[in-house]
Amino acid sequence: MTPPPAPAKQSAYAVRALGLSKTFSHPTLGEVSAVDRINLCVPRGICFGLLGPNGAGKTTTLRMLLGLLPPSAGTLELLGLSMPQDELRVRAKLGIVPQADNLDPDLSVRQNLRVYASFFGLPRKNLDAHIEQLLHFAHLSERGHARVESLSGGMKRRLTLARALINAPELLVLDEPTTGLDPQARHTLWRRLEELKAQGTTLLLTTHYMDEAERLCDELVVMDHGRVLDQGSPRSLIARHVESWVIEIRHAAQNISAFAPLREWGKLEQHGSSLYLYTHARHEAMVQLDALAHALASPPVLLQRPAGLEDVFLRLTGRDLREDA
Amino acid sequence: MNLHVSFPAAFAVFSRNFLVWRRLFWPALVMNFGEPALYLLGLGLGLGHFIGEMDGVNYLAFLASGIIASSAMNTASFEGMYSVYTRMGPQKTYDAMLATPVRVQDIVMGEMLWCGAKALFSASGIFLVALALGVISSPLALWVLPAAVLTGLAFAGPAIMMSALARNYDFFNYYFVLALTPMLLVSGVFFPLDGLPAAVRPWIDLLPLIHAVELIRGLVLDVALSRPWSNLAVLSAYALCGFWGAVWLVRRRLLE
Ligand SMILES: Nc1ncnc2c1ncn2[C@@H]1O[C@H](COP(=O)(O)OP(=O)(O)OP(=O)(O)O)[C@@H](O)[C@H]1O
Ligand SMILES: [Mg+2]
Repeated sequence: MTPPPAPAKQSAYAVRALGLSKTFSHPTLGEVSAVDRINLCVPRGICFGLLGPNGAGKTTTLRMLLGLLPPSAGTLELLGLSMPQDELRVRAKLGIVPQADNLDPDLSVRQNLRVYASFFGLPRKNLDAHIEQLLHFAHLSERGHARVESLSGGMKRRLTLARALINAPELLVLDEPTTGLDPQARHTLWRRLEELKAQGTTLLLTTHYMDEAERLCDELVVMDHGRVLDQGSPRSLIARHVESWVIEIRHAAQNISAFAPLREWGKLEQHGSSLYLYTHARHEAMVQLDALAHALASPPVLLQRPAGLEDVFLRLTGRDLREDA
Repeated sequence: MNLHVSFPAAFAVFSRNFLVWRRLFWPALVMNFGEPALYLLGLGLGLGHFIGEMDGVNYLAFLASGIIASSAMNTASFEGMYSVYTRMGPQKTYDAMLATPVRVQDIVMGEMLWCGAKALFSASGIFLVALALGVISSPLALWVLPAAVLTGLAFAGPAIMMSALARNYDFFNYYFVLALTPMLLVSGVFFPLDGLPAAVRPWIDLLPLIHAVELIRGLVLDVALSRPWSNLAVLSAYALCGFWGAVWLVRRRLLE
């Protein structure tokens, strides 16, 4: 007789990855390291964000976490179960919104949910009611019979979210859930995600939108070149990496020498065509900046705002600077 | 390699295909049933008029049994290539399934069973036409239906392997022209094999179609089968090895 499976430890962590790595063999570049010995600990019940430029390794990391890609090295525990040994039990408690939609175009909206439920082996009892709830949640009640092709991008994304919730997952993984959506659709999706978090679902998401990360995430990691650059709450990352205020000097990049005296007040950086002054001494810097600007033939447009995640992101990944160099 | 299949999961994959197929029932009917039935009527009645008897039996009966076997082969191969490739590649259906407790071996098993079901569907269509033409004499001939399922299973694995290797739909032309069509011509579907050089016979016995034809022809004509166990063994071997190879290649394609 086989012993019954050990009950899942009530681990405080939804995800625990240690030394997770992935190397791909590339035809010309040889071995390319897409993810390089990263450690991730995601406590239960929070929204955890994975930020990084294109090609940073976010999708590769998620695919390894989900057991869709065998890691080259590292150990992995999801919801207190070890992967890949307990893969099936983990999958049963996981919801996935992939970066590229993979709804079933051969089926209607409602059938998509019903068929997906059958992959989880969910009992048929109450399934229809549950599906109606999910359609309502995704604002798709009127579209139950529609074919997937007839849906807009935002509707498809919401249906993908509803589908990921069919098994009432403990951990929901979303790869760029709002990319390509209009502002209304993004706000709708955010509200849905906040509701889920309030119900205790752990969220793990990647995004390129810093406002989204700042609004949704309790904890973030910024990664690039397959490595974690830093981790923390949005506030602590901002406090750690950038001065409290940012003054943008529009279209002044070619004039950087004229504004060099501002370095006295903080860090002066060039991103694209603008100069950015990161400073704690906003008022003093503005006085000098006004004086410098007036000396120019055409004074530049000035914008000031509190520093945000976007600044942290640029500072940490330095993508823009590096490519200018 | 883990080959342990969860049959509820495989059945869910099968049912998903069935649900889609129900909607496309009429085009599927024309494709899987209409075309071979036309062949049977056209060739059987037209050629049969000149030929009369082939190998000592009514040509229509000879041909009907060959076409049941070859359409089981074709239907399963088409499904295992064009449809499976669409779900594996462009439609990403399998990616969605793999995010659930369904694993590659469950998908392959579900798809193979579905190929078997479609082979059954087209074989029964031709069986009905043959029945209407008065070719079938004994109820024992109903055994051709499970034989058609086994034929479908035998061809499903190699077809799915082709899908896992393909980078586009045109790739399948090679398999059709280099494997299936030659096999169709040397497996006794349209004419007996007596004309073939003795040296090639043992090689042809390694191919699955001839075994499907022998099995099905014996059952349709209601004569003693010459080597039923070899027939069953070869077809089963293709089904099992095909399953193994398909799981291996699909896993390589989707998970690495
Ligand atoms: N299957 C693969 N084979 C080879 N290289 C790959 C494969 N998948 C990803 N890579 C490489 O790994 C690196 C990380 O890719 P990944 O998709 O994880 O980035 P990402 O952070 O998700 O980017 P994006 O923001 O553009 O989605 C890239 O350099 C990519 O080219
Ligand atoms: Mg990505």
